Amino acid sequence: MILVVVEHDRGTMSPATWEALAAARALGEVHALTIGEAADGLVDQIGNFGATVVHQVHGDVLGDYGPEAWGEVVAQAVKALDPTVVLATGTDRGNEVMAHAAARLDMPMVANVIEFGSDELTRVRWGGSLLERCRLDAPVRLLTVAHHAFAADESPVAASATPLAVELDPVLSRTLVRDRVERAAGVTLATAPVVVSGGRGVGSAEGFAPLQELAAELGGVVGCSRAVTNNGWRNHTDQVGQTGTRIAPDIYIACGISGAIQHWVGAMASKKILAINTDPEANMVTKADYAVIGDLHQVVPAITAEVRRRRG
Amino acid sequence: MRILVCVKRVPAPGARINIAADGQAVDTAFLGFTMSPHEECAVEEAVQLVERHGGEATVLTLGPSEADEQLRYAASLGVARAVLLPITGPDWDPQRTASAITAAITDLEAADGAFDLILFGNESADSGGFQVGIRVAHALGRPMVNGIKGIDVDGDTLRARREADVGVEVYEVPMPAVLGVKEGINLPRYPTLKGRLASKKVDVAQVVPQAEAGGQQMVRLLPAAEQVSATVILGRGPDAAAAVVDMLQEIGVLK
Amino acid sequence: MTDTTNQAASAGTVPATAKCVIIGAGIVGNCLVGHLSRLGWTDMVQIDKGPLPNPGGSTGHASNFIFPTDHSKEMAFLTLESQRQYVDHGLNNTSGGIEVARKPERLEEFKRRMTSAKAWGIDSRLVTPAEIKELVPFINEEILLGGFYTPSVSCVDSLETGTQMRNEAVAKGALQVFANTEVLDIETEDGPGGPTVKAVVTNKGRIECEYVAIACGVWSPRIAKMAGANIPLTPAVHQMADVGPIDILQQSGKEVAYPIVRDMDTYCYERQTAGSMEVGSYAHRPIFMHPDDIPSNDESALSPTELPFTADDFDQQFEEAIDLMEMLGEAEIRYAINGLLSLTPDANPVLGETVEVRNLWSAAAVWIKEGPGIAQIVAEWMTYGYPHLCDPHSTDISRFYPHEKTEHHILARCAEHFNKTYGIVHPREQWASQRGMRRSPFYAREEALGAVFFDARGWERPQWFESNAKLVDKFPEAFTPRQHEWDARWWSPITNAEHLQMRESVGMVDLTAFNEFDITGPGAMAYLQYMCVNNVDVAVGRSVYTPLLTQHGGFRGDLTIQRLGTDHFRIITGAFDGGRDNYWFRRYMPTDGSVTFTDMSQGICTLGVWGPNAEKTMAKIVTDQSKPYDVSQTGFPYGAVREVLIDGVPCIMFRISYVGENGWEIYTNMEHGLRLWDTIAEAGKEFDIIPVGIGVYAITGRIEKGYRLMGAELESEYNPVEAGLARPKVKSADFMGKAEYMKARDEQPAAIMCTLSMDSQRCAAGYDRFPTGGNEPILTLDGERILDAKGRVSRVTTAGAGPSVGKYLLLSYLPPQHAVEGTKLQVMYMNECYPVTVERASATPLFDPDDSRMKS
Repeated sequence: MILVVVEHDRGTMSPATWEALAAARALGEVHALTIGEAADGLVDQIGNFGATVVHQVHGDVLGDYGPEAWGEVVAQAVKALDPTVVLATGTDRGNEVMAHAAARLDMPMVANVIEFGSDELTRVRWGGSLLERCRLDAPVRLLTVAHHAFAADESPVAASATPLAVELDPVLSRTLVRDRVERAAGVTLATAPVVVSGGRGVGSAEGFAPLQELAAELGGVVGCSRAVTNNGWRNHTDQVGQTGTRIAPDIYIACGISGAIQHWVGAMASKKILAINTDPEANMVTKADYAVIGDLHQVVPAITAEVRRRRG
Repeated sequence: MRILVCVKRVPAPGARINIAADGQAVDTAFLGFTMSPHEECAVEEAVQLVERHGGEATVLTLGPSEADEQLRYAASLGVARAVLLPITGPDWDPQRTASAITAAITDLEAADGAFDLILFGNESADSGGFQVGIRVAHALGRPMVNGIKGIDVDGDTLRARREADVGVEVYEVPMPAVLGVKEGINLPRYPTLKGRLASKKVDVAQVVPQAEAGGQQMVRLLPAAEQVSATVILGRGPDAAAAVVDMLQEIGVLK
Repeated sequence: MTDTTNQAASAGTVPATAKCVIIGAGIVGNCLVGHLSRLGWTDMVQIDKGPLPNPGGSTGHASNFIFPTDHSKEMAFLTLESQRQYVDHGLNNTSGGIEVARKPERLEEFKRRMTSAKAWGIDSRLVTPAEIKELVPFINEEILLGGFYTPSVSCVDSLETGTQMRNEAVAKGALQVFANTEVLDIETEDGPGGPTVKAVVTNKGRIECEYVAIACGVWSPRIAKMAGANIPLTPAVHQMADVGPIDILQQSGKEVAYPIVRDMDTYCYERQTAGSMEVGSYAHRPIFMHPDDIPSNDESALSPTELPFTADDFDQQFEEAIDLMEMLGEAEIRYAINGLLSLTPDANPVLGETVEVRNLWSAAAVWIKEGPGIAQIVAEWMTYGYPHLCDPHSTDISRFYPHEKTEHHILARCAEHFNKTYGIVHPREQWASQRGMRRSPFYAREEALGAVFFDARGWERPQWFESNAKLVDKFPEAFTPRQHEWDARWWSPITNAEHLQMRESVGMVDLTAFNEFDITGPGAMAYLQYMCVNNVDVAVGRSVYTPLLTQHGGFRGDLTIQRLGTDHFRIITGAFDGGRDNYWFRRYMPTDGSVTFTDMSQGICTLGVWGPNAEKTMAKIVTDQSKPYDVSQTGFPYGAVREVLIDGVPCIMFRISYVGENGWEIYTNMEHGLRLWDTIAEAGKEFDIIPVGIGVYAITGRIEKGYRLMGAELESEYNPVEAGLARPKVKSADFMGKAEYMKARDEQPAAIMCTLSMDSQRCAAGYDRFPTGGNEPILTLDGERILDAKGRVSRVTTAGAGPSVGKYLLLSYLPPQHAVEGTKLQVMYMNECYPVTVERASATPLFDPDDSRMKS
């Protein structure tokens, strides 16, 4: 039996869990484990992804997410249910919970698996730049499934719910989520989800005004390259790069930036990069996910206008 | 506060990572080494906490003797003490690493008293096992939360923030505690020239670790499937705006 | 400005054909395509394996500053020209620069720098520690002894300058550019003149082409090797760190507000980069890398030439930097690299057509400070056959001998000179590494005689013989002691003694370092007529001394040719130009097979025997088989070449002299050399024959006779009329440079080679000084430097004692108004002026003006 740990936040199941359930189906009969009363309503949804049994755990310290409590639950479920494989999501929570469970069981755990061989597993390293083939010597295989490695295909069955009793030490409440707050207002360059950055191609301090507008429209901030601070167009605190700030926004919009290495190092952790440049061979363009070939002074205002148009 | 930061020496690769011929390691012939980026932030956090609350920070690593470089780097940033658990040969598996570090911490604490806070990086940059810190915390019987992007000290309690899909989760853990830190918690400082020179004089304690191998065994490294995605040209000139906004919507930046 | 690189060029494939493919888009490649397009080249393709505008080579991480003063005329000229071109692009940011001294000997060096600055017209001045403090308020002047300040020192934008040059060629339609394009192979085909460039194969297709220029810095050897050619350089680490932020620098609000400081005695520099300071070093251990080992752009954390910083190598420099600027201690190390740059065995660039492959050009080992100027001379070279801007004598790729192009030699010499980048290098300084590479058959005897060997392109040549030390007492009037250590370094009074003893009796000089090239075949005569200014159609057994000219009529060579048979000529040339002459003759050989070139140098040793008793000495031992040979001036006149036996050893004797005495150059096979030496030494015993070093041959003997030397007096910027080497008549046959030469003969020369003597050598400190012949400027009595009508400066090309004329002599070109015998002028040496007199304003020697000693 394959046991899948359902990741949810106060009853909302994560898409990564769908992938884990779908991946589990190829390995054998799939059971699911939900933790906390809030997840009781997920049975049908879990069934949609092919799990036949949902083991539901309730407890005093399970009112909200808590890595130690959840890990303890998984550990006890392993002992109680005797699965051959336990799968969790390869996410912050999934990896964390599985590690807590593995520590409690004193068993190995393999994170971010993308392929299940008969005796070897393939997992990702270096954030996906490399793969590792490994062997696992364990009575139960504790694994997490790399996000996006498996399609979240549905395979509906009628899942049945069954309670699973666990004993939880009240001390486990020490790592429960105590509070939730909104993201802090006033994003910084280091934490902004969107950075609109300008380089030498912007041409002047005043040239940054359209970039500022687009950034404001997208809830982001303005950054710049070293050439810009060197020219005195913007303050050093706005500089993205090896010697400035290293950023990892959801999208980095690089306008008129050639992509000198020092700059690239600061920007390369961005989840997506859009380069706007007149030169299709510019480093920034060839390394970007997306590019617009053209003059930033025309392209940037056009994007801002289009964003506003769609927002009405 | 007495703070311990555990770090790992890892290569600093470029866009393409080459694998050594035997498949057992990354080809590091022309690469520099660093500590994992999350750990750089952990070191910075430790230094800042000591600056704010007093005390002393210690850095510890399990790795090749060359990891002395990373310990001294931490020292150049203001960490006072350094401990190297030297190993030879390939990386140790996560269980073995955790038990060696646990043993070393136990010894350090027996000699000089408990650490109020032990910091790890969220995961190592190279192997990404997501577990050593948690295993150590469990072995020491201490609370542990990973993925932390903010720490405030409130008496004997740490308020730790972690970013989730919706908003920010707040944890309150009693000290002594273990936290896994994520990049973005702070902007790590660079060493000053004086810091660098002073770090050369720091005495690095060495304790040869002993621990049983765990159950995970690497067979070999493989290149990732061709991940070089050609740049998608969304268009030329201002006419490309619509395609750009489509893309912004697709990746969820524009809702 | 924005980059306007041809957008069509971003397509996936390169064109199938092109006139010229330029590999590399750093400062050199970019300026090269720009200059080529200005000279009319079209149908060019430029490729680089990296992205634009910074493909990841050394240009991308260069410090980009220019200190214009250099002791070498060629490098100073190219640097000033380059700085001028950066100004043209509006990308020259003048900051001023100070070289500071921590040690007394550095202050001496600054005097020498003042002298060179004067020669090149650079406004510089010596400054006190207090003045340094005024210029650089954050410096710790207490540890400094003084400085050398040049207000025109500047920081340039080499990437943007290169981009503009590239775009200029693109805009003209002369160039297509392909970034992210890697060279996989360079195909050659066997042509009549040897392997010739055929095509460049890239990952985006194959380009058939006529010319290929390699301008890819540290990768150049790797690319050249694909074609079977050798560009001798090694990638080497230069460490630098960007530290900051620093308040005072941030507050300046400028990229460079304060003068750049070169901390010469710690081999470091401090250059402001906006809010931070870049600290660079040439003090660390030499760290080399093989060109094949340089990581790709993808594999590099930063760029292929920005390698991981090895901090341990830099700690001492950090400490010294903090001593100089205390504020640096609190600055953060924000960016630090082991940056790669190119080093060559003699620290000079490597330019010109490769000797191995026709139409394959090298423009490598070039610094930012000289990039645009060097690109221009290479472009001119490719266009005209030789540069017009200046003579590339010391940068010519063909200067190297085979042993100098090995990795063994490159690494050994680069390891030796890397730490001399900011060092104080004496003009006569000798290499310590790679010695004993080439030894004449006389070596054992010379060593036993206490020879002090100097390196002559691998040859161990005796500069003087300690065995002659006793002669110093014999000629006490011949020399004043050299009190200043600098003047006495790499020098001995024995040279003067050897000189006088030779002029009094007879001496023997080891000239084995000569090169001998045989030109044979039915086309030999016609071919040599084309190569040489003077008529080579002389009788068999006669010889010709002749200049070789460039297409533009300047000096390209200077040598003698012996006619050994109707279709057999032998070229004799010196060690320092052998490689260049070898290339030049082979490059222009007819391709119809009518001429054969054979380098005989490896098999032949040479001994010079000169002096009033040379004839008597040789008469004892020279025979024609068993009969005595008539070695008298009538039987064996000046300029004659004869096959003889010397004590049974087959030799060729050539009655000639470069020291102004009666005698011969005697050639024999290497294996006979030792016997030849012993025979002559024995025969000369009764005349107290002595071994004579190159100190006499190359300096004292030569300068008394006013003989010109290629690379010193003779350069492509000057013509035979100016050098005083124009013969009364011009041969009817055409020859290279003839049209320009004829023009020069019709014009008043803009400058004339003169011999000057120092009226007083007494310095302010009260003792005599001895200029080394290192480009010391000749000044008017008002202290103004002297420029001729073509803008060329009058400077000392050779300096040395004239023991037989009792004067210290200088050679220099002077404009006609000063080239008048008896004119009083000054020479600057070590920042002091000394009175001089023009002794000769022609090639007429000061010593023995009618050459009676040689010819009677």
